[in-house]
Amino acid sequence: MSTREALAVATCVIVFGGCAGTAPRETPNLGRAATQAEIAGWDISIAPDGRGLPRGAGTPADGALVYAQKCQVCHGDKGVGGPNDRLVGGQGTLASKTPVRTIGSYWPYATTVFDYVRRSMPFFQPHSLTDSEVYAVTAYLLSLNGIIGEQDVMNAETLPKVKMPNRDNFILVQPWKPRVQ
Amino acid sequence: MRPRRRDRRFDDARDAAGNGVLDRRAFLRGGAGAVATGAFMAYAPSDASAASPPETPSGMTTPGAPLSPYGSPATFEREVTRTLIRSQPGTTGAGASRTPLEALEGMITPSGLHFERHHNGVPTIDPAQHQLLIHGMVARPLIFTVASLQRYPMESRIHFLECSGNSALMYGATPPTLTCGQTHGLVSCSEWTGVPLRLLLEEAGVDPRADWVLAEGADAAAMSRSVPMAKAMDDAMLALYQNGERLRPENGYPVRLFLPGYEGNMSVKWLRRIKVTDTPTMTKDETSKYTDLRADGTSLMFTYPMEVKSVITRPAPGLKMTGPGLYELSGIAWSGRGKIRKVEVSADGGQTWAEAVLAAPVLAYALTRFRIAWKWNGAPTVLKSRATDDAGRVQPTRDELIAQQGANVVYHYHAIQAWRVESTGEVKNVYA
Ligand code: HEC
Repeated sequence: MSTREALAVATCVIVFGGCAGTAPRETPNLGRAATQAEIAGWDISIAPDGRGLPRGAGTPADGALVYAQKCQVCHGDKGVGGPNDRLVGGQGTLASKTPVRTIGSYWPYATTVFDYVRRSMPFFQPHSLTDSEVYAVTAYLLSLNGIIGEQDVMNAETLPKVKMPNRDNFILVQPWKPRVQ
Repeated sequence: MRPRRRDRRFDDARDAAGNGVLDRRAFLRGGAGAVATGAFMAYAPSDASAASPPETPSGMTTPGAPLSPYGSPATFEREVTRTLIRSQPGTTGAGASRTPLEALEGMITPSGLHFERHHNGVPTIDPAQHQLLIHGMVARPLIFTVASLQRYPMESRIHFLECSGNSALMYGATPPTLTCGQTHGLVSCSEWTGVPLRLLLEEAGVDPRADWVLAEGADAAAMSRSVPMAKAMDDAMLALYQNGERLRPENGYPVRLFLPGYEGNMSVKWLRRIKVTDTPTMTKDETSKYTDLRADGTSLMFTYPMEVKSVITRPAPGLKMTGPGLYELSGIAWSGRGKIRKVEVSADGGQTWAEAVLAAPVLAYALTRFRIAWKWNGAPTVLKSRATDDAGRVQPTRDELIAQQGANVVYHYHAIQAWRVESTGEVKNVYA
């Protein structure tokens, strides 16, 4: 195929949003097959229903130790007082003039706490905690917010079942479908 | 400059709106170049009434600077920088820097002045090491090198990028006393060149039950956002070039996602992974952040397109008017829902309006430059601009916007901006 033909195929895709009904277009096909082991190493995201959660477990008590060592300097004693984002409290403030958005008052999914802490925290050493440490510090933050009990164990089964208090206050706007240009 | 001729022409020009806004064709009549230059001068931050330069300036009597491998702005422009650089306490790369809008003209933002919003700094990525994984609900999970992406058919598009939190201080009870760029400079516009994401998704073979993709960056925040499949398959691009050169590190080198019209946070930089999924992943930056908390305590989620918006950039806070006379009002307008259809300008606080000239090209999801002539009588007044897009959406007033959603939203602020011009020539941000 000439460059011109290839570009015509590409234009078909770009301008007309795919030429429905035509034969599959020719593309360079330069991706190499990813192995399951490679994917497992890269895939760190957790779905809101818990898919992707790893093995391991932790309790609020275990998490308190992790928090004191790895988080408190930035997020304050028991998740309040900063200097960085407040992680605890604020329930009942969202409709006020000074809403306080925290894991406890605002976040719709508990799985997000695990996903985010594992990918991004502690700020200066992301990806340094073990999965059980992430479960533990997640459990600690959920317990400080009064969402789970002090003895509750967080793991791949229990974490997705935690119902966050503000979950039902999110209105999902139907994703807008752009016009084809 | 020929001030006498200029004056005569403008005496002839019909008023298009109250308080000296002139017919929009005023500058377009004969000899416009010279006139426009004269008007631009009025916005120079410093007074230009110095003594005449020598007849033979030193630059004409000695050879100039040597050829150089990579150019940079004139040393006299060193104050034109990104502005209001702020990071979270104790950090240096979790925050934003803003485009100095009042110092720029045209529709393109120089790459070095493109605003920044990072969540944990700018990673250093060797393109020879970087790879992009596409996996999840696909028939063939694939890994692409950067070199392989460069062999795909590319497209080039001029698009704005606006942080969802741009202008957020305008939700506050009192107007910020900052420059135009410090208040509204989380928007920039570039020519982006890259590979349509759709081509790669089709090679991987998307499961028809998949409705979303998760995009993840290779930075220390592993920034991640869910994107509707409809957008991924429509005009989403894997951008490799910005304004003709490879992406700047701050803009996602070596490859970023680019989603025209959508809030900037979703155009994930340093892209390393696309996971095809059936549901949104509900990452931190689409739940805790980038959701719109309304007055009643409920929040809107997935409010993606940036709404129709405009701002006058000259004059604006950061620039000073230099006495009564003829000026050109200049500004930018944009909409995440399409093209700008018109921009109206008022020089009497919104009582009367006139349509500004839109500078070609007027493109979908791009900054559009508007201009109109204004004869300032030296009295204090309030300037405003109001944009309408091709979907017929009109920029609301601040009161209308806040009445609709409350003042706790943080994101998607796009109300009409009012600048008060004082008789001293100072320009201030006001709620009016
Ligand atoms: C060096 C300071 C620092 C340390 C240590 C730190 N964080 Fe953070 N944390 C931050 C910053 C800064 C942000 C905001 C990042 C951004 O802007 O995206 C943040 C954000 C967060 C958030 C999101 C808050 C919200 O409501 O959106 C959570 C949750 C969090 N951190 C948990 C932790 C945990 C758990 C630890 C310990 C394992 C930890 N952090 C350690 C600085 C820190």
